[in-house]
Formats: sequence, C-alpha cells, structure tokens
Amino acid sequence: MKVIATYNIKGGVGKTAAAVNLAYLAARDGYRVLLWDLDPQGAASYLFRIKPRVKGGGKALIHGRRSMDGAIKGTDFERLDLLPADFTYRNLDLMLGAGKQPARRLATLLAPLKGEYDAIFLDCPPSISLLSESVLHAADLLLVPLIPTTLSVRTLDQLTEFIGEFNGHQPAILAFFSMIDRRKRLHMQIAEELPAKRSDFATAAIPALSVIEQMSVHRAPVSSFSPRSQAARQYAELWHEARDRAGLPDRPGATG
Amino acid sequence: MTNPAREFVLDNTAPAVAELLLRASGAVNGNGLATWSGGGRSISLRRTWLDTFDWRLYRAGLALEQVTAGGAVRLVLTGRDGAVLADQQLAGPKAPDWPALVAALPPGPLRERVAPVVSVRALCPVARAVSKVSELRALNADQKTIGRLAVDQMSVTFPARATVPRRLTLTPVRGYQAQAERACRTALSGVPGVSDGHESVLDAVLAAAGYRAGERPGKAAAAALRPSDPAATAIAAILTALLDSLEANVPGTIRDIDTEFLHDLRIAVRWTRSALKLCGSALPDGLASTYRPDFRWLGDLTTPTRDLDVYLLRLPRISATLVGASARDLAPFGEYLTEARATAYRRLVRGLRSARFRRLVTNWRADLASVRAPRRRPVVAGLAAAKIAAANRKALRAGQLISASSPPESLHDLRKRCKELRYLVEMFGPLHDPAQHWQAIRELKALQDCLGEFQDAEVQRAKIRAFAGLMLAERRVPAETLLAMGEIAAGLARRERKVRSEFDGRFADFAGAASQARLLRLSGAAA
Repeated sequence: MKVIATYNIKGGVGKTAAAVNLAYLAARDGYRVLLWDLDPQGAASYLFRIKPRVKGGGKALIHGRRSMDGAIKGTDFERLDLLPADFTYRNLDLMLGAGKQPARRLATLLAPLKGEYDAIFLDCPPSISLLSESVLHAADLLLVPLIPTTLSVRTLDQLTEFIGEFNGHQPAILAFFSMIDRRKRLHMQIAEELPAKRSDFATAAIPALSVIEQMSVHRAPVSSFSPRSQAARQYAELWHEARDRAGLPDRPGATG
Repeated sequence: MTNPAREFVLDNTAPAVAELLLRASGAVNGNGLATWSGGGRSISLRRTWLDTFDWRLYRAGLALEQVTAGGAVRLVLTGRDGAVLADQQLAGPKAPDWPALVAALPPGPLRERVAPVVSVRALCPVARAVSKVSELRALNADQKTIGRLAVDQMSVTFPARATVPRRLTLTPVRGYQAQAERACRTALSGVPGVSDGHESVLDAVLAAAGYRAGERPGKAAAAALRPSDPAATAIAAILTALLDSLEANVPGTIRDIDTEFLHDLRIAVRWTRSALKLCGSALPDGLASTYRPDFRWLGDLTTPTRDLDVYLLRLPRISATLVGASARDLAPFGEYLTEARATAYRRLVRGLRSARFRRLVTNWRADLASVRAPRRRPVVAGLAAAKIAAANRKALRAGQLISASSPPESLHDLRKRCKELRYLVEMFGPLHDPAQHWQAIRELKALQDCLGEFQDAEVQRAKIRAFAGLMLAERRVPAETLLAMGEIAAGLARRERKVRSEFDGRFADFAGAASQARLLRLSGAAA
C-alpha cells in the first residue's frame, strides 16, 4: 500500500482536483483506492456526492473510538472509496496534539488498511501544522501542486528542506505545475524551464481550464465526464508519473 | 470489506427483464428519496468457479470466481454471505491455465487469504457459466449511487449444460446498506415471482447442472453400516467405497494435478490391503487371497513417486532450517529429486494405464458386487468387535516389549500394529458412538504421530545417505550440496532421538486405563 498526499501550504492551487482525478484514475487502472478528504471544507466529498460527515467527528477517528473501516463510503466508481471530510476536521491539530506521538498518528491510523487498499490518497487542507507534519510522516509521496511563480518554487524548496530534517521515513516529493494560465508569459516560461532542470518536478502540468471547474457541476472527476479533454490527458500523465514515483507496480495484479 | 450482497430468485411468473427493470426504475421509495437509473445495455461475463478437488474453499465458506469481461480478467473471493472479501484484477488479459497450484494466483491479499485453505492442492474449475447482466443503480437525493441491482441470466456450461433461474443481486455501496435495501424492497414489492435467494450463486449453478458442492469424492470414507448387517456384505460395501475413492483419484494422479491425488489414492489402497488382511476371512473363500497380491503391486507402484513428493514438499521447509549451509547449496539436490520424481511418475502412469490395473479395478468391482451373505451369517458388529479387540491386543503386546535398548524395527512393528487398529476403528466407525469413536481416534493418533515421526526421520536419514551415494556415483554433486545434505541428515538424527525420548509417555497414555477402557467399549458397542 502506498500513501500519496496532495499538499501545499497555500489554498486554491488544485490540490483537491489533483487528488480526486488521480484517485479516480488509479481505481480505473485496477488499484484499490481510498481517498481521505482531510479538508474540513469537504470539496472532495462534495465532488463524489458524499455528505461531509463522520459519526463522532474527527475526534472519534483520531482517538480510535470509531473505526476507519466503519466511516468509509463507496463512491460511484468501482474500487474507489472515500473517507469523508467532517467540519470538526478544522480542529484536527488540537485532536492530534492531545494524543501520543501526534506526528505519527496518521500513519498508525492508516496501517490497518494495508491489506484492503493498494493506494491511499490524502487530500490535505492548506496549512502548515501538526496535521501537515502527520501527513508528511504517513505519506510515501507528496504531490505538490504549484502555480508557476517564483514564490511558489521557493515554498517547494522550504518544504523539501523541512522534510530533509526528518529522522527515518522521508516521503518522496513530486511537484507539478497547476492552473497554468497560457496567456501569462511568466507562467509559460517557468512551467517550461523548471521541469527540465529539476528531478522533483513532473513533466505533466495542469492548465487552468474551465473543464476542471466544471467538476463541481458534474460532481465527478474530469476523467470520467470528459475523458478526452486536455485536462484528463494531463491528469493521466501525472498519475503515471506519481504511480512510478510512489513505487506502485505499473499493474495492480503485481501488487505485493 | 464490502457489504453482503442480497440475492433474489425469479421464477417463471416474474416479468421479463425489460419490464422488471422498467418497474424498478419507476419505483421511488417511501420517502421519495431513491430513484433508479440504468438498465439499458447488458454485459456478458464468462465466469469460472475454482476450488480444490476436495472443496476446501467451499467447506471453509469461501467461493473463488474468475470473471472475464471486456478482455479483462479478475478474481473475486466471496464469503458465505456473498460479501466480497478480495477482488483482484489480473495483470494481463490471459487467465492462468487451471488446474494450477495457488502460486498461479497473483500475489496480494486474495492469494494470502486463499493459500492457507488450499495448501498443496490445485485449484480446478468446478463450474463455468456465461452471465448476461443488466444493471440498475439506486440513487439518493444527491444522485449518488447507493446500490446496484443486477439482473443475471445465467447459462451453465460446466459441469453440465443448464439454465439457472434468473437472479437479482442487490449490492449495496459501502456505507449505504440500509438505504439501498430500503430502496430495493420498495422497488420489488408487488412484483410477482420474486423470492429471497437462499442459495449462493455457486450452489445455484451446480444445482441447475444436477451437482452438489462440498462432496469429497476422493476421500476414503467409511461406508454406511448397521450392526446387524451381514459381515460379508458389510466388508464388501467398505471395500467398494474404498474402490470408489481409489478410482476418483486416478485421473488427477495421471494428470499430475497436485500431489494429494496420489496421496489419497494410496490411502484407499492401504485401507483396502488392511481390510483384506484383517477382515478378508469374512469374504467368500479365496476372494481376499486372489486380490491381495494385486493391491500389493498397486501399493508398490505408487510408493517411489509419493516418497519423492514428500521430499520435494518438505525441501523448502528443510532448506529454511539450514544453519551451516545455505538453501542455494541444496539446489542440485532439489534438481536431482525432481528428475528422479519425473522418472518414478512416468513408471506410475504406465502402471495406472496398464491392462493389469484396468483389469484389477473392473474385476474387483464386479467381484465385490457379487458378494452375498452366506447362510450362516455372522453380523458385522461381531466381526468389528473381535477384530478391534485382537488388533488392540497385538498393539499392546508389541508396545510392552519395547525398552530403551530396543532396535528401531520394534517401533516400526508397533507402528504397523497401530495402523491396523486405526484402520479398523475408522472402517467400523459408523457402528460406534461418535464421541467415543473420535476420542479413541485422537488417543491412537497421538501415539501414531510419535511413531510416524520417528520412522519418517529414520527412513529419510537413510534415504538421504542413499541419494548422496547415487549423486556421487553420477558425479553430479558439488561438495557444498553434500555438506548441506549432511546437515539435513544430522537434523533428522536429532529429531529421531527427540521423538524416541517421547515414546514412553505416549505409549503409556495409549496403554492407560482410560484409553483402553474406551477401546474396549468400542468393541463392546460394536458387538
């Protein structure tokens, strides 16, 4: 089982869209997938038409009073399950802080799901907090969406440095450009140059396209309602890069 | 983990699929919350159910199904309630060639779940069917799918051609069990010809084809006996049941599907030989003495292959215990055993295809069928009591003569006596009180295990020396392999000594008052 987290300290950069589309594509390829919507805004839950509510709230999950298993909901897509958001997730930092080894808590909670899923996607809220640290410790791969600006790249370097200081497990990092505005020369220039220079950048890049915004109308991944669109093609390319970087076998049948 | 599926069966009065789907899609549940969509195009599935020859998965409450649809192959493991326990897509479009050992399954949770149940047995197709499935989705107010209702029109192609009554399967989406069931109940209420399906899909498929799952055709089983049955016909019935088991295992042995076919075939032969030796006097004059040499020939024919099977099956475990040598050092030994096994197996197959074997089973069956009760008709209960008592006396005597200085042969002799006693107790089992019977078997088995392990270790140690000699003579053994084989031999010698030291305690339990009283009661009950 591999844990892939979409993470960025900033909001509105395409984390949820990436998590939803990549989780869908992984399931479509035959992997057994769980997406945990950790963002109290519940956008991923909304996109899969699932109520953003967990009985007992985040506290019950974090403290083990409610099993993860009982809170998981099936989506409309085969092999793709979702652990919904809950508004109480806004206090996950406090809940984690109240327990032992808060930075390892998420990894501990996910461990029993190893036999059931090949891949778990974590859609993280925008912040740098105890929850983020717990996510970083649990993840095998961090997928970092970046808007192509100089400051965004600086944020990535800070994140890489922060993870480099971890003892023991360190997740791999795969950054990708998101919401590229083709009308902006700087966007195009950065998006073209950086992936060629740095190994932690994906070749795939997600343009700012209205079809991605239409996800909230269709309440489904782009790749399901517009599979031939440019966005769907870019997400598919990103998924393949993420799969290889996370160390998932390229065919689910070979999953150990 | 998924929710258990809910099954319904449709009889001839139920509406046609199109109408049924139309009715369901028009239905809205009591709260006006669920609607139904889909039901247009149907898809075709090729389904193959897999199990071992002795139905190990079925008896463990599991069903393993290979489903081929649209060029993709997946394996689905379900529990008794229809809940999917593991679902794995195969890496390629080609399914393994069944029958095959569990290693043919892709690595992953499904194989991990199946492997301990199946063990050394091969997975064989037990049923095949083609399904035409139309599916409806139940949607909640958010247009979220909460359950899927599949109408399945299935035609069985194996083990016999048949049509299965149409089935409806409701599969609730995880987390929406109650809502999906409510929507389904509403949709189906008032539809004629719909009833709850109590059979699993596999049971329904086999029933339609005129078969039943879970039977163990290849296992030597006690024939149905009544105490007042004439001894001659009762022994003939026991021997006929053993012949059934023997013959059931012949095709699997010849095709070399897995090692258990030969193992079970040998059990049937051994029991037959013991029955002929110990109870042959109950049969018409000359019958036992005519066939005893033939069954001895058959036993001898099967021994070399089985011995090598046992070696090869144990080799990975033995390799893992090596301390001085590495598992790699044993590879030439493994190759030698594999080659020797191939030679022995060819000889075995020639024997099983020979005119002598065919004549033996045909004549034996005919002769057993012609056995009639003589005028002076001793009953089977009397025979069983006398034989069990005599075999018990012999085992006790043989055991009591064994001291610390006795040679290994005396333990081997006791092992034979115990085997005879065990066969008799098992063979006449239907005459006994079941609780007493199983307790007696358990106590006897404890002693047999000790004697068996002692003899196995001794025989294997002698064999490994013989193998080493042969391999040296053929100049095909590296020094490391010989050293590794030496380490195995040393390990076997240690095991032999340890088991030998446990013998006195085990025999004392068997010869003790409680165990002996039980065996006496068995003889008494039989009489």
